[in-house]
Amino acid sequence: MPMRDWTPGIVALIAITTLTGCEREERRFREVPPAGTATSDVVMSSLQPGPSLVSVAHEHPYERNAWAVSQGKRLYVQMNCAGCHGMGGGGGMGPPLMDDEWIYGADPANIFSTIVEGRPNGMPSFRGRLSNDQVWQIVSYVRALSGQLRKDVRTSRDDHSSDYPDEQNRNRQSPRQSFRPRGSEFP
Amino acid sequence: MSAPTRNLPVPLDDSAALTELERIWAPRRGFRGWLTSVDHKSIAKRYIVTALIMFLLAGLEAAAMRAQLSRPENTLVGPDMYNQLFSMHGTTMMFLFAVPIMIAVGLYLVPLMVGTRNVAFPRLNACGYWVYLIGAILLYAGFAVNSGPEAGWFAYVPLSGPQYSAGKRTDIWAQMITFTEIAGLIAATQLIVTILKQRAPGMSLNRVPIFVWGMLVTAFMVIFAMPSVAVGSQYLAMDRLISTHFFNPAEGGDALLWQHMFWFFGHPEVYIMFIPGTAIVSALLPAFTRRSVFGYHAVVLSMIATGFIGFGLWVHHMFAAPVPQLGQSLFTAASTMIAIPNGIQIFCWIATIWTGRPIFRTPLLFAIGGIVIFIAGGLTGVMIASIPFDLQVHDTYFIVAHFHYIILGGVVLPLFAGIYYWFPKVTGRLLSETLGKLHFWLMFVGVNVTFFPMHQLGMEGMPRRVYTYLEGTGWGDLNLVATIGAVTIFASVMTFLANVVSAYVRGERAPDNPWDAPTLEWATTSPPAAFNFRNIPVVESGAPLWDHPAELPVVTGLRTDRREVLLTTALDAVPDARHAHPGDSIWPFMLAVAIGIFFITLIFTPWGFVIGTVLSMIAFGIWAWPRGHHDAELLELPRDAAAAGATDRARSEVLR
Amino acid sequence: MLQAPRYAQQSMIDPAGPKAAAVYDFWLFLIVTSAVVFVVVVGALLFGALKRRPRAPERAVPVDAEHRVARIVGGAVAATALILAVFLTLNWKLERAIAAPKQGNVLTVDVIGHQWWWEIQYPDSLNVSNWISTANEVHIPVNRPVRLRMTSRDVIHSFWVPNLSGKKDLVPGRVTETWFQADTPGVYRGQCAEFCGHQHANMALLVIAHRPDEFREWVAAARAPASEPYDSLRQAGKQVFLAGSCSLCHSVSGTPAYGRVGPDLTHVGSRRTIAAGTLPNTRGHMAGWILDPQRIKPGAYMPPNGLEPSQLNALLAYLEGLK
Repeated sequence: MPMRDWTPGIVALIAITTLTGCEREERRFREVPPAGTATSDVVMSSLQPGPSLVSVAHEHPYERNAWAVSQGKRLYVQMNCAGCHGMGGGGGMGPPLMDDEWIYGADPANIFSTIVEGRPNGMPSFRGRLSNDQVWQIVSYVRALSGQLRKDVRTSRDDHSSDYPDEQNRNRQSPRQSFRPRGSEFP
Repeated sequence: MSAPTRNLPVPLDDSAALTELERIWAPRRGFRGWLTSVDHKSIAKRYIVTALIMFLLAGLEAAAMRAQLSRPENTLVGPDMYNQLFSMHGTTMMFLFAVPIMIAVGLYLVPLMVGTRNVAFPRLNACGYWVYLIGAILLYAGFAVNSGPEAGWFAYVPLSGPQYSAGKRTDIWAQMITFTEIAGLIAATQLIVTILKQRAPGMSLNRVPIFVWGMLVTAFMVIFAMPSVAVGSQYLAMDRLISTHFFNPAEGGDALLWQHMFWFFGHPEVYIMFIPGTAIVSALLPAFTRRSVFGYHAVVLSMIATGFIGFGLWVHHMFAAPVPQLGQSLFTAASTMIAIPNGIQIFCWIATIWTGRPIFRTPLLFAIGGIVIFIAGGLTGVMIASIPFDLQVHDTYFIVAHFHYIILGGVVLPLFAGIYYWFPKVTGRLLSETLGKLHFWLMFVGVNVTFFPMHQLGMEGMPRRVYTYLEGTGWGDLNLVATIGAVTIFASVMTFLANVVSAYVRGERAPDNPWDAPTLEWATTSPPAAFNFRNIPVVESGAPLWDHPAELPVVTGLRTDRREVLLTTALDAVPDARHAHPGDSIWPFMLAVAIGIFFITLIFTPWGFVIGTVLSMIAFGIWAWPRGHHDAELLELPRDAAAAGATDRARSEVLR
Repeated sequence: MLQAPRYAQQSMIDPAGPKAAAVYDFWLFLIVTSAVVFVVVVGALLFGALKRRPRAPERAVPVDAEHRVARIVGGAVAATALILAVFLTLNWKLERAIAAPKQGNVLTVDVIGHQWWWEIQYPDSLNVSNWISTANEVHIPVNRPVRLRMTSRDVIHSFWVPNLSGKKDLVPGRVTETWFQADTPGVYRGQCAEFCGHQHANMALLVIAHRPDEFREWVAAARAPASEPYDSLRQAGKQVFLAGSCSLCHSVSGTPAYGRVGPDLTHVGSRRTIAAGTLPNTRGHMAGWILDPQRIKPGAYMPPNGLEPSQLNALLAYLEGLK
């Protein structure tokens, strides 16, 4: 019986495993060149002067990097995002981040600009306060809160008293636009 | 020396019966035969080769670390890679090299030394190897894709916990632990049952070779120590995967719980590696000093005492942690006390060599070199039993120096002694003495040059597990010396490999008993046949081949038309039953694969429990499905005959 | 009596306080005893292996010789037990001697471990405004015992200043204690001794032992709020500090900067080192650390800061002025 040649399949499998593994586990301490606290690289409008460019969907590499997500979680607590949005994104003074409702958009680019620019009714602007890399780390963690990221890059529980479900074992939400007026549901 | 005549001169006269015996015990041919074999010798050889590969890999990791530390503020490897390197080095050396290879040497030799045809549970034995192999592959596949462990081989929480170790690195490590623990427990069970139930008639417990006693003590230690870390690593995996709180102080868990669970295994682990090392020294001394080991009972009781006291030492790894002071004092006392049984063993060896007629072949050189290095490590070991002194050197390079002296002197050098000693038996070829002596001297010098300066480094304040150090600390020169020593060790290991290769290519053929040694493994051909012995020998003392240089008494009567072993009683080794042994099977391999799927899937999803359990049940179900096979046939022994002892030939007649 | 301050090499064999000195003396006993035991035992082994032997038939060991050897082995075991008993007795006395400080008037210092720096606090239960918070430097008076109360905010660390004291772990969820005392004014370096992640290697601290009057001066200075910038450059630097990313993680007392993520910088200009004992506190090193900390300590939580040269210059001037 002639053996089927499995070699290409096996090579492909190994390559895929290697890539996902490497990308997930890399510790990206020092991006080159070190990114400063510059302005965002996110474009807020689809309209452009001059010839129109193809818009590129923004999936930041941090979204597949477990270490970056864990750094995002650390910053989420240390920068006091949790103060308004709740530990684990359960909400509080600010809207919850673990559900499917998004007022200002659930795309990474939207979340990035929400953090950098701030939003009306209480979301402060972190422009000039965090480096781009740090903001992207927070963005990946915020996306993990509603299960947008691959399971194996999401964070697990932390070492504090935690009464919220860990990010890793959450169900993925399908983000939808919310137009509810702010303030009514959060007295 | 007319060694070949020793080869069981009471023949299975009937050459047809001999042919049948060969046919019944022969493994299947080809790749499938390789997967299905249950011969303890081929499984042990695989274990040993795999573990030696692990030794080489861990050595390369050590070399990379030594290169990084050879000068201050070096940038050869960064902190992330360095942390993976030292975690891999420790994990590999402890879990994938030292314990497995010692157990594997036992799995090869114990059935030969006690005079039986195979280990007690041959299929389980095969399964154990495959599980171990999957664990080793998992760890190194993880390392290859940047998912090597990063929290050290001890993986202290919370650093290894869900918050501080992102990704899957620590999960892979935790499941690898589980694989090696399963394999270890399987091998320990084999050894205990084989030793207690399958000894040759007449080999009462006071005639059991010291090596076999060492393996028995080791196997019991494995059974009591390993569940602790197996459970601990599953707690860790659960904390990380499904957010349990075993080690989370904020929710009623405790970070120190992990340390207790880990070191309750981790300290006995040292003796699990080291008792076989001493057992190897005791096993080869008779051949090279031309006398049996001085103080058989003292040596055996020392090993047993070490096994017991070894469980009372674990807190000395935690003296800097918050543990009540009275409790710590008990562990100081125990850590001191263990010097006594080990001292007894060393004194008995010295007495053996002193009163014997030493023949300085490579195995004896390695044994003596190992003893010297081990004594140095033992003395620093007593020092660090003192809490005030330990608190100064704990987690510094002093400790690195201490335990490398212990492990190289008590494990690695004796292991090489054993390899030089038994290589002719296993392969039928002799290793070169010239290369062997070169190997020994390079290694002996290399070990001391590498690790002796580390004592000083530790006292000068250099902590362990640092990826670099500042120039102002003044640690650069001694670190450079240590790195030069590491190069020497590397050269010695290369010499060893060259020796092995050249022995395979053009090595001298080995006779059955090249060293004129007294124990039963030399009573068969080199390499041994699949069935080990044509007839089961009868033993009348601790040195059967010296009692009967020309021919060994044997028992006959085991069937040759199926695989069968002779069971004897646990204390006096009186024949008890004939027991059918299972043949080759693919299902141990399949079960190991199912277990592999179980734990590897578990790294990524809790569904691994479900998938893995179902697959394992299926594999084990098919394996264990009753196929109308024969049970043991008890021998009808007259009670008084049993009481009278089992050494005379009359007893063997009972078998008929 | 004036003594020049020492800059001791980090080492346990150069003790600078009674606790470390007692351990050092015990170590001398250990090393001498061990050396003697090693020489005797290995000497016996090598002599036994190499001594010349009369030609004799193989494997013939007379029974009475065997008994004589048994007595020698028994004696050796007894000697071992005796040495170990002496060891345990001396060790027990040493443990009792250094278990607690001998005199009263103990200074209490709180040490909180972080990845990868040390938070040092001098609590004052009577007056909260006297509370001192600093980082990576423990200032103590000589000849006065210091009690450390320690815990960790993240993973396990271990406090160790070999010239003064052995280790004690800092365990999250627990408070551990140890004590030490310095005899001589000087600077003693210590280092984290429990593996704590990427920058375990660069988590050092200094213990600075002052004469009592100097210590009082230091306390007075440390209690004072940050000095106000007195020129326009430093004013601008303060603005950079408050408006940029610094103030989110670092605090400077007397200003709106109250971040608790990184070390308190109220008196950073007076510290000897930055980055937890990794770099000397010079203008150039500080600039490098602010701009690109990941080059110096990869994995540390300090982010890079892309400051304009003028901003950086002002910020450095401001930080230098925080004496």
